[in-house]
Amino acid sequence: MLALSDFLIVGAVLFCLSIAGIFLNRKNIIILLMCIELMLLAVNMNFIAFSHFSGDIAGQVFVFFILTVAAAEAAIGLAILVVLFRNKHTINVEDINSMKG
Amino acid sequence: MIKLIFYLFAGILIFAGTRVITVKNPVHAAMFLVLSFFSSAAIWLLLEAEFLAMTLVLVYVGAVMVLFLFVVMMLDINLTVLREGFARYFPVGALVGSLILIEMLLLVGPNYFGLDKFQVPDTASTVPNTVALGRVLYTEYLYAFEIAAVILLVAMVAAIALTMRSKRQNKYQDPARQVEVSAHDRLKVLKMPAEKAQ
Repeated sequence: MLALSDFLIVGAVLFCLSIAGIFLNRKNIIILLMCIELMLLAVNMNFIAFSHFSGDIAGQVFVFFILTVAAAEAAIGLAILVVLFRNKHTINVEDINSMKG
Repeated sequence: MIKLIFYLFAGILIFAGTRVITVKNPVHAAMFLVLSFFSSAAIWLLLEAEFLAMTLVLVYVGAVMVLFLFVVMMLDINLTVLREGFARYFPVGALVGSLILIEMLLLVGPNYFGLDKFQVPDTASTVPNTVALGRVLYTEYLYAFEIAAVILLVAMVAAIALTMRSKRQNKYQDPARQVEVSAHDRLKVLKMPAEKAQ
């Protein structure tokens, strides 16, 4: 039978893949947003696995809220991206340095 | 059999995740992200979270990823510039990723979360998953549920307000010009002889 650790390992691998993706694609904001979505998916996988194995539905409720917030984040992030591209004609992270942060 | 299905979908999920971060074209990356959402929805079905699996397919694959694809195809981006530095950052990315992975595997491996620590729950639950989720969502988590609805509304308003391009055909006031105006722009003092009262 499948153990809890199997699901947790899949979540961990997915999380580390998205962290490596943020390092690799550090110039492309679109891929960075996709990596954040992938990271949230890995976290949700852990939530659901724990919820199933401990018999508590609260974990699934939290996944529901994470999905809500992630959808809102994706919508606003992409809107900001569109406005940014309209103004600067680039989505390269290195060109977005007008605040000198 | 369940084990076979799990390993099949987990393999597809990890393959798709790898392709998301390594593929050149962002459109292909979005497609592989769709594939990874799909296979993780299948894994969630194995965990008896049917409602959330369906929500993932409907909301993420149906709405969020279509939004991503819209934006990727709308922007005219130069891929070669965005791609440079990939080989340079590959060693550090792989190093950090594998380090975190090793640390996490030491923690979440079968030593602490194996079958002897967490037994497989008996699946003969009387209420369906959606009913059980709805019961707590509309009673215990009602306040949080309403806040989530407000968050979605605010996100929708913000996204529209950010990207709306007004046509400039509506009349509007420019406060800077209103403040700048001086009296001789608006008022003309004429000198004329006073007329005699009849």
